[in-house]
Amino acid sequence: MTIKKDVVIVGGGPAGLAAAISLYKQGVEDIVIIEREKQLGGILRQCIHDGFGLTRFKQTLSGPEYSQKFIDLVKELKIECVTDATVIEITPEKKVVAISKLGLLVYQAKAIVLAMGCRERTRGAISIPGSRPAGIYSAGVAQSYINLYNTMVGQEVVILGSGDIGMIMARRMTLEGAKVKAVFEIQPYPSGLPRNIEQCLNDYNIPLYLSHTVTNIKGHSRLEGVTVAKVDEHLHPISGTERDYACDTLILSVGLIPENELSMGCGIKLDGRTKGPLVDDYYQTNIAGIFAAGNVLQVHDLVDFVSAEAEALAASVVEYIKKCRLTPAAINIIADADIGYTVPQKVSGEKDFQISLRVKRPLKNCEISVIQAGTAIKSIKLQKAIPAEMIKIRLTKSDLISIDDLKVVVK
Amino acid sequence: MKQVYDVLIIGAGVVGSAIAREFSRYILKIGVLEKELDVCYETSGRNSGVLHGGFTYKPGSLRAECSVEGNAEFDKVAEELDVPFKRTGKVVVGFDKKDRESLLKYKAIGEENGVPGLEIIDKARLQELDPSAGGEFAMYSPTTGILNPFIYNVALAENAKENGVDFYFDNEVIAIERDNDLYRVVTKKAVYQTRWVVNSAGLNSAKISSMLGINGYIIGGFKGEYFILDKKAGQFINMPVYPAPGPTGGFATHATPTVDGNVLIGPDSVLVDDLVDYGATVSAMAGLIADGSKMFKHVKPEYFIRNFSGIRPKRIDKETGKALDFVLEVRDEAPNTINLVGIESPGLTSALPLARRAVKMFSEKEPLVPNENFYPKRKGILCFAKQTDEMKKTLIEKDPNYGEIICRCEMVTKAEIIEAVHNSLGVCTVMGIKNRTRAMMGRCQGGYCETRIVEIIKQELNKTTEQVLYKKSGSNMFTGTVRK
Repeated sequence: MTIKKDVVIVGGGPAGLAAAISLYKQGVEDIVIIEREKQLGGILRQCIHDGFGLTRFKQTLSGPEYSQKFIDLVKELKIECVTDATVIEITPEKKVVAISKLGLLVYQAKAIVLAMGCRERTRGAISIPGSRPAGIYSAGVAQSYINLYNTMVGQEVVILGSGDIGMIMARRMTLEGAKVKAVFEIQPYPSGLPRNIEQCLNDYNIPLYLSHTVTNIKGHSRLEGVTVAKVDEHLHPISGTERDYACDTLILSVGLIPENELSMGCGIKLDGRTKGPLVDDYYQTNIAGIFAAGNVLQVHDLVDFVSAEAEALAASVVEYIKKCRLTPAAINIIADADIGYTVPQKVSGEKDFQISLRVKRPLKNCEISVIQAGTAIKSIKLQKAIPAEMIKIRLTKSDLISIDDLKVVVK
Repeated sequence: MKQVYDVLIIGAGVVGSAIAREFSRYILKIGVLEKELDVCYETSGRNSGVLHGGFTYKPGSLRAECSVEGNAEFDKVAEELDVPFKRTGKVVVGFDKKDRESLLKYKAIGEENGVPGLEIIDKARLQELDPSAGGEFAMYSPTTGILNPFIYNVALAENAKENGVDFYFDNEVIAIERDNDLYRVVTKKAVYQTRWVVNSAGLNSAKISSMLGINGYIIGGFKGEYFILDKKAGQFINMPVYPAPGPTGGFATHATPTVDGNVLIGPDSVLVDDLVDYGATVSAMAGLIADGSKMFKHVKPEYFIRNFSGIRPKRIDKETGKALDFVLEVRDEAPNTINLVGIESPGLTSALPLARRAVKMFSEKEPLVPNENFYPKRKGILCFAKQTDEMKKTLIEKDPNYGEIICRCEMVTKAEIIEAVHNSLGVCTVMGIKNRTRAMMGRCQGGYCETRIVEIIKQELNKTTEQVLYKKSGSNMFTGTVRK
């Protein structure tokens, strides 16, 4: 039996929850959130540290506290949520199939919101040499064991990668009595936020070594140690700089990848840079009526921005449900070599919009400009720009001076 | 009184497990000693998963005989033991005149060995068979296939177990003594008495051979590393693509699809002293990418999900250093023993033919009484992901645990994990569950499901956090609980 819905939201994390609430409040009430976990909240469930909600609520909350505000609203509004159900297929005709203990659930939606979040990059994806003993965990997995399963993954810890979760785990494990020996980052700059370097590493005297990487992993049963070396400007290990660290645990915090297996199965085009769908200023993918927001679209620094992005998406979905189509986007946004990517990748020119982007390397006293037909239509000046911090540029419909493509450049 | 085994087999790799299974056709008390915590920990689980045709082995050799025989019967074996298997065919590709000569040579050898259907094909036909293959021409071997090596080994062992064979894991043999007409086999855990000993210890076969009093064998460990590519790369490949063998024979790095849809790039071949070091090396990885790209056009870092390696136990000639044929023997200086040394590739293909020959050797010394209750079939864990929607519905109705997806990459359900946790061999490592279900083998490498699988192991087997093992003895995953 097929269940008809105006909107099916895939994922009950911060993006899915915010989209649902916003849709409902704008009158689109025939919606359902499908969540594979037993509870709503997504990855925030295991983020028991604070620092969430500073932008949105002007207070510092833990992950569960932040998500609970949304979950409470969802419950209050009686928005339908199906938990313990894993979506296995999305079709371009907007059919959604999920597996649950109740059986195979088949939905026919007018619109679909992709809010699946992201997953961690693995050791295999970056081909770290060495053996494969027990004791190697990605940061999020270690966080899940410690915070959700009351399970201590190790005592003598080395961390590879200065991603935010890795640094947060450095502090978390130190607080639980483990010895965190060091954090190593292959890039010459940290990949996580400055506040986490301060609060999670410096406050606990955990050294951060930039331009270093793990070149060997030792141990057959449980991890016994790692070899670390300095890297040159091409990120290749420099022979003679190797140092051995005895440890029983290696935590990897080497990047997050938007979780788009379902999107790909449906024929949604992805951006090779963000690994998320290519979207327009409506957050609509190349398939009409399928939208994406949150970490499934681009990996964010702060959950506050995930919620905001999902709310912006909801406004578009409301419009789509009403009109059954949105203005096609024909104005491409092209980023220069210093910019990693932009979201959206194209715009319709019919509405105000925001460009999210990241610089590829740390920059000082720079100006980022949006150029159309040779004219800078918007510029922002920054004292410093770092890859760890997402930059946002707001433009209004009236900023556009033609239908030419937009170029985003750094000076 | 301690029980006395009729046959004690050392090593639960694919050959040891096949021998156990073939002996279980007769009324015998059989045991298998394995130093690891599961079957197929070493060479049997660390290879390309190819059912070889048999065209590269010297005519008249045991390798040639067993691989041709093993290849021919495998459709029946796969059905009987419920082993994922595809007879894909294989292309051995060449680029120049030297390669063409090599292919012609091996085609002739193959024909002499009785390999059916070998043909030299041009580039157009090669592209038709496998559009992603490199090469200007090829030899096509239609009978070559691919199988799941973990499941095959598990299936042989489970079928042996069902037919009465005892398996003892974590039992590394440290000494073998002759005591009147019996052998006392001493392991790190216990002492076992047996009338016959079978040495199928793979990498340790020369060592066990010496313990039996058969000296002089040298095993050279030839390590080969692999990349595993994402299933997204799997769509581009139809069959194994191998390079034409060089002057010394043997294959260099090739591209092989797996029965589950991934692609393996490898192995290279490096002689190593350390037979337990499976670590990935930077030099090998670079070589695999360069050589693998000649075979398969889609070797891209974005497809890399894991590296692994295996070590082939080749029997080496003391004088020349050359690799020699498989040994399967009974020797006067070691009565009541069956000695297998240097079983490397094509060991997977040859396992059952070797096992039958071992049983025959036994029967030439002692009469065998058929076991009328022998049951040749074994049923594997039903793969939910491969079922139709209708079947999925039915399964969930029957058991709601099918409605809970634990591994999202490979779509493995809680029902399958629970079935694997209660496997008949009593294996309870995380790796054991992985090899039996494919959970954690996908692109997120357990990022989503490992925590859940650990919970299921703890709950189903009543284990504490400290007791959960990753793969080997001592591979404890956790140091304890965070709070009491």
